[in-house]
Amino acid sequence: MASIKLTINNQPHTLNVEPDMPLLWAIRDVVGLTGTKFGCGIAQCGACTVHLDGSPIRSCSVPVSAVSGQKITTIEGLSKNADHPVQKAWIQHQVPQCGYCQSGQIMSAVALLKTTPKPTDTDIDNAMQGNICRCGTYTRIREAIHTASAEMSTTNKLPKTGTKVGKR
Amino acid sequence: MNTTENLSANRRDFLKTLGLTGAVLVLGIPAANAGTPGFSPAALLNINAAPTGTELVPYVIIEKSTVGHAGVSTPGKITIMNPKPDMGQGTYQSIPALIAEELGVTLDQVTILQTGGEKAFGGQISGGSSSVRGSYIPLRKVGASAREMLVTAASQQWNVPAAECTVANGSVYHKASKRSLAYGDLVEAASKLPVPTNPKLKDAKDFTILGKPAMRPEVPAKVSGRAQFGIDVKVPGMLYASVERSPVIGSKLVRFDDSKTKQVKGVKHVLKATRTLQKRSFEGVAVVADNYWAALTGRRALAVTWDHAGLDKLNSADYTKHLHDLAKEDGVVDHTTGDFAKAFADAPTKLDAFYETPVVSHSTMEPMNCVVNWPTATSMEIWTSSQAPDWMKSTLAETFSLKPEAIKINITFNGGGFGRRLFQDYVIEAAHIAKEVGKPVKVVWTREDDTLQGPFRPMTFSAFRAGLGADGLPLAFQHKVISPSIDATLGDNSRKADKPDKTMTEGISEQKYEMPNVDNRYVFADFQVPTAYWRAVTSTTLAFAHECFIDEMAHKAGKDPLDYRMAMMTKPSDAKRVLTKLRDVSNWDKPLPAGWGRGVAQWEFFAGLAGHVVEVSTQKDGSVKVEKVICVIDLGTVVNPDMVRAQTEGAIAMAITAATKPGITFANGAAQQANFDTNPVLRINEMPKVEVHILAEGGPVIKGVGEPGLPPVAPALANAIFMATGKRQRTLPMDLSKLA
Repeated sequence: MASIKLTINNQPHTLNVEPDMPLLWAIRDVVGLTGTKFGCGIAQCGACTVHLDGSPIRSCSVPVSAVSGQKITTIEGLSKNADHPVQKAWIQHQVPQCGYCQSGQIMSAVALLKTTPKPTDTDIDNAMQGNICRCGTYTRIREAIHTASAEMSTTNKLPKTGTKVGKR
Repeated sequence: MNTTENLSANRRDFLKTLGLTGAVLVLGIPAANAGTPGFSPAALLNINAAPTGTELVPYVIIEKSTVGHAGVSTPGKITIMNPKPDMGQGTYQSIPALIAEELGVTLDQVTILQTGGEKAFGGQISGGSSSVRGSYIPLRKVGASAREMLVTAASQQWNVPAAECTVANGSVYHKASKRSLAYGDLVEAASKLPVPTNPKLKDAKDFTILGKPAMRPEVPAKVSGRAQFGIDVKVPGMLYASVERSPVIGSKLVRFDDSKTKQVKGVKHVLKATRTLQKRSFEGVAVVADNYWAALTGRRALAVTWDHAGLDKLNSADYTKHLHDLAKEDGVVDHTTGDFAKAFADAPTKLDAFYETPVVSHSTMEPMNCVVNWPTATSMEIWTSSQAPDWMKSTLAETFSLKPEAIKINITFNGGGFGRRLFQDYVIEAAHIAKEVGKPVKVVWTREDDTLQGPFRPMTFSAFRAGLGADGLPLAFQHKVISPSIDATLGDNSRKADKPDKTMTEGISEQKYEMPNVDNRYVFADFQVPTAYWRAVTSTTLAFAHECFIDEMAHKAGKDPLDYRMAMMTKPSDAKRVLTKLRDVSNWDKPLPAGWGRGVAQWEFFAGLAGHVVEVSTQKDGSVKVEKVICVIDLGTVVNPDMVRAQTEGAIAMAITAATKPGITFANGAAQQANFDTNPVLRINEMPKVEVHILAEGGPVIKGVGEPGLPPVAPALANAIFMATGKRQRTLPMDLSKLA
């Protein structure tokens, strides 16, 4: 058991966990942020993508001790109201189907647009092929990245979707 | 009728769980007897049909308006229950839309809640492409009944004819006198009125919601990490479990040594696990810990001894040979017309071919998982992703000898379903573990568990013979399917070699091609590995074989493959309309660049009908690239065209994976692929351009959406490769890297 300090979404955390625990499980089970998903455990599907100092990493394959003292951003840290331009584009194009992989897709797309603000289709293929979507939303992911790229400098109103989803 | 006195206990309890005790207008459709669903797609459809019975169930709940300080009235909350779990197909929009359209409210005004298998709600399975088509009339009637009661209540209060009243945005209006009342103000009066037995449904031309592209309400939650999937659930005092299972499915647990496991910090319990999948049961060793990583670490330290009992002799190469041997048998008749033997013998031109397809995995992005708590020895609460809350409830009640009402099921968003989450094996296993440790437990499967343990889509092999006349058209046609039976692999011992199995010959005798002499057959093959429904079920393999062989016939006849299909459809049919539209939208008659090829296929089956044209190009490195897929899907009536496009885009991606990626093979009884490195799925750089065209002229017919986009993809792709390369593809998967 080790005491590991991390900053997640600008909040400092001290975690008492085994040093070999993957960052993914530390984020999900210990910190309690479940937007980051478990898909494969071997960095093949991208569902667990988070940012380490702004760069995308597969949190399932990084021991928590390896990122001690560093800054992590998860999907929850991207925006308060799902209004990051990439999230807005995802809503506008109705990208998600089941939605399970989409946190990872969005974190990869945000990282792409940071380094390549005007990506070509080839840039998108290269940056996004580490993220699997079993529902097959790829054509919409591509469109949404182009939309987000075009709108990064403008402020768009968040599209309204209407129905509220209740909890029982 | 007084809503609080005349409610059955069942319905009253349900409202209590929603925290509703005051005046409400509750409306629903007559309750179904949920019954015990069968194992076939046809049975799934039956339990999704309009419920019958006498008890009204609360699909729509309108609460009384409240008056706050300063006399400001707040309209009563409107809640719509969604009986069909979401797995990406959009039921949180499409289902409430059916009620809201008739009720006269906008989707902004309603809160949607997922049902949890309560018997009153009848069939709650998301499967068989049935959610919208099964609910289309019954749920619109719910909305229309409520509207008529609210209008009657308003017209009585105003003393005007009901016909002069209109509804919009949750209020009743009397335009002549410029009066209006919010639905919440009418709840008390409306709830005392008789429920209309045959409410008038809106004319489709007046629709404001149905038939129009609309956004899904849960999408903002799905792009911000807030949407809760089963794997995200945490309940107080919960422990985490990982289960070691034999890679050879069905092996007996001989013994396990947990001495090293128990040294792992956080490990609390190690126990034998039981997973029941339909009529088969599988053993495992569960490691329960105070965090998931500890459970997994502890599991990896186990030493387990299995008795494979001969199950480790299965090898894919041997089994393929076995299916080839079985193909020599006559099998049983699935469907006959005319005299195939004579017509075939007399035909001037004959051809035959043999097609093979692989086993594939569902590979939902969210691996199987389940949280179970036993608050008492005779009651249970479940939190999980599932396509089948009602089936789950009846299965759990039977398995654990509980009263159905003692089982509370909380259905989260499904991180993919594709047929896998119809089954309850992962829930039963978690329930046994939680019961034994006496605390809430979350069992999470690893990706390897999820891939290795199945159940899988089975392979089907197809043997064809056709006799063509002088005009090239078929005089005799035979499709013989050789395959395991899904039902048999799930332990249904009534499935034997002497019986046809309609699930395994799905669609082969339903195509609209006019053929005078047909003899379709089925040869049963025993298979030790559990298999299951997979999105579009057996049509995903049979359409490949069937529609490629039709192409072979066209080629033998020297005809254009689309002309040839049309020539076999002299009578009007939906399939003919699809092909006609496809010819137009795919520019079928325009030449392609050199090195390109174009293929066509269509498929009609229990879920619906679609036709595709696939364009491919050959590359200098010897590979084939899938350039474009053009799909025409026939619906009759459409509820949300954007969702239809999304579902079809997704079906195409899934179909390309199944047609071109390695799939699952077996050696020494175990699946040889465990994770996405060896069991790859399509990635964004491999995704072709997609065009979806919807045929929806309106009218009473409404067909399925989720599955029909899948079956024609593999044959249209193989037919396109044949056109581009001259190489006929008769075996899936096709390795696109070396076909040109």
